[in-house]
Amino acid sequence: MLPLTLDLLPVLVLGAILGLDVVSFPQAMISRPIVAATLAGAFAGQTAAGLVVGVALECLALETLPFGASRYPEWGSASVVGGLVGTRGADGALLPEPAAWVIGVMAAIATAWLGGWTMVWHRRLIARWARVRLDAMAGGSMRTVMSLQVYGLTADLLRGAALTLLGLLLAWPASGWAVNAWRLGATETRGALVIGAAGVAASAVWKVLHGYSVTRRLFVAGLAVGTVLVGLRG
Amino acid sequence: MAETVVAPTPPTGAPLPTGMRPGPLPVGTRASMLLRCLAIQGAWNYEILNGNGIGFCVEPALRHLPGGVDGDAYRAALARQCAYFNAHPYLASLAVGALARAELDQTPPEKLVRFRTALCGPLGSLGDRLVWAAWLPACSLVALLLFGLGAGPAMVAFGFLVLYNAGHLALRAWGLGAGWLHGLRLASALGANWLQRGPQYIARGAALVAGVALPFAAHRAIGGGASLEPVSLAVMACTPVLGVLLVRLHGKVEGWQLLFGLLALLVLYSTVLH
Repeated sequence: MLPLTLDLLPVLVLGAILGLDVVSFPQAMISRPIVAATLAGAFAGQTAAGLVVGVALECLALETLPFGASRYPEWGSASVVGGLVGTRGADGALLPEPAAWVIGVMAAIATAWLGGWTMVWHRRLIARWARVRLDAMAGGSMRTVMSLQVYGLTADLLRGAALTLLGLLLAWPASGWAVNAWRLGATETRGALVIGAAGVAASAVWKVLHGYSVTRRLFVAGLAVGTVLVGLRG
Repeated sequence: MAETVVAPTPPTGAPLPTGMRPGPLPVGTRASMLLRCLAIQGAWNYEILNGNGIGFCVEPALRHLPGGVDGDAYRAALARQCAYFNAHPYLASLAVGALARAELDQTPPEKLVRFRTALCGPLGSLGDRLVWAAWLPACSLVALLLFGLGAGPAMVAFGFLVLYNAGHLALRAWGLGAGWLHGLRLASALGANWLQRGPQYIARGAALVAGVALPFAAHRAIGGGASLEPVSLAVMACTPVLGVLLVRLHGKVEGWQLLFGLLALLVLYSTVLH
C-alpha cells in the first residue's frame, strides 16, 4: 500500500522539483540529499529523522561528481524516496527506525541509479526533438528555441515525478515488511549503516580532493583532531 | 588603446546606436539573461549539448540588434548561438555575457564562431574543478559538520543552501558581468587569480573540514553515546578500513554500489538468517 496519508501529490511535486534542480533548473542544490531528504522527512512530519537519513545519503553523494555528459546517480528525486521510506515509524525521534533507515538508504541508492538512466533517456528525447528542429534553429526562430527549452524542462519535471512514484511504489511495501521482520538490534544496525556511509564519504574525500598538494595530509590531520575531540566530548 | 564610447542605456527592445560600443546592459535585459542562465541546461541534449541553452540566454540581448526581433541580424545571431556548445553551467554565464557583447559589437561571424568554439574547453574544465570538485563538496562537508556539532534540521539545510548559493549565484552574476565587460578579451577574466587558485584553496579547506566533520557526524548518527561504547569503537575502527578498501577499489566499484550490496546482506541476515 502506498503512503496515502502522506498526500501523494505534494510528495510527487517535491520529487519533480528536486529532480528538476539536479540539472535543468535552477541547480541551487536543493536536490542534495542533506536538504532533499530533510524536506521529505518534513512532509512526513519527521524532519529530524529526515535530516539523519539525508546525512547518510549525503555521504554517498559526495562520491558523485556531476560532470557534463557522464551518467551519474540522480540524488534529488531519490532522496525524496529515501527520506520518506527511511523516516517511517520514527515517531518524532532524531534517529530513524533502524530497519526503515536501512531500506530508505537502499531505496534511495536504487532510485538514484535508475534516475541516472532516466536522465540519459531524457537527454536522448530532447536530442530527438532538437534534431527535427535544426532547420528552424538555423533560421533563427525564437519560438523554436523557447519551445525546446520549455519541452526539456517539462519533461524533466515529469521524469522526476515518475521516478519518485516508482521508487515509492517499490520501496514502501519493502520497508513495511522489513520493519516487522527485523531482528538485529537497533544499535548494531545503526552502527553498520554509519560505518558504510562514513567509509564511502572518507574514500570520496580522499579521491575527489587528491589533485592538490597537502589536501590528504590536511584530511588525515582533521580526522585525528575530530576523533580526539569526539572522544573528549563523549 | 582605443577609447570606448559608451552608449546610453536603451530601453528593452530598442536597437543600440550603430557605430558605438554598448554600455552597460539595460537592467531588464541583464536580469532576464541572469534568470535564464538558471535554466541554461533546460534543454541539454546529446545533439547540440548546451547550444539551445546559450541561445535562450543570449536572446534578450539580441533584441537590441538593428531591426529588433524581426531583423535579419537577430535571426542570424540567434542561429549562431544555438549551435553546439558545452561548458560548465555556472561559468557558461561568462560565455553568455561575452557572446552577447560580441554579437552587439557586430563582430564578424567567422571570428565570433571561432571564439565561441574556443570557449568550451576552458569554461568546462575550470567550472568542474571550481564547483563540482571543490565548492560543492566543501559546502556538503560544512553541512555535515553542522550536523555533527548538533545543529537542527533547519540550521543544517539552510546553512548549506545559503553558503552554497552565495557562491553559486555570485559566480553566475559575476560571469555575466565579466563576459559582457571583456567580450572577446575574455581570457583576462579567466586568468583571474581567484579563479585559477580558488579550487586549490577551497579543496584544502574542505579536506580539513572533512576530517573534523566525519567523526562528529558519525558519532551523532549512531546516537551520540559514550565514545568508548562497543558500537562507537567499531565505527572508529571499521570506517577507515572501509574507506581504504574503497580507495583501493577506485575505478572498479563505486562506494554507493558496494554499500548497496552490503546493506542487502545486512537485510538478509537480520530478516531471514538471524
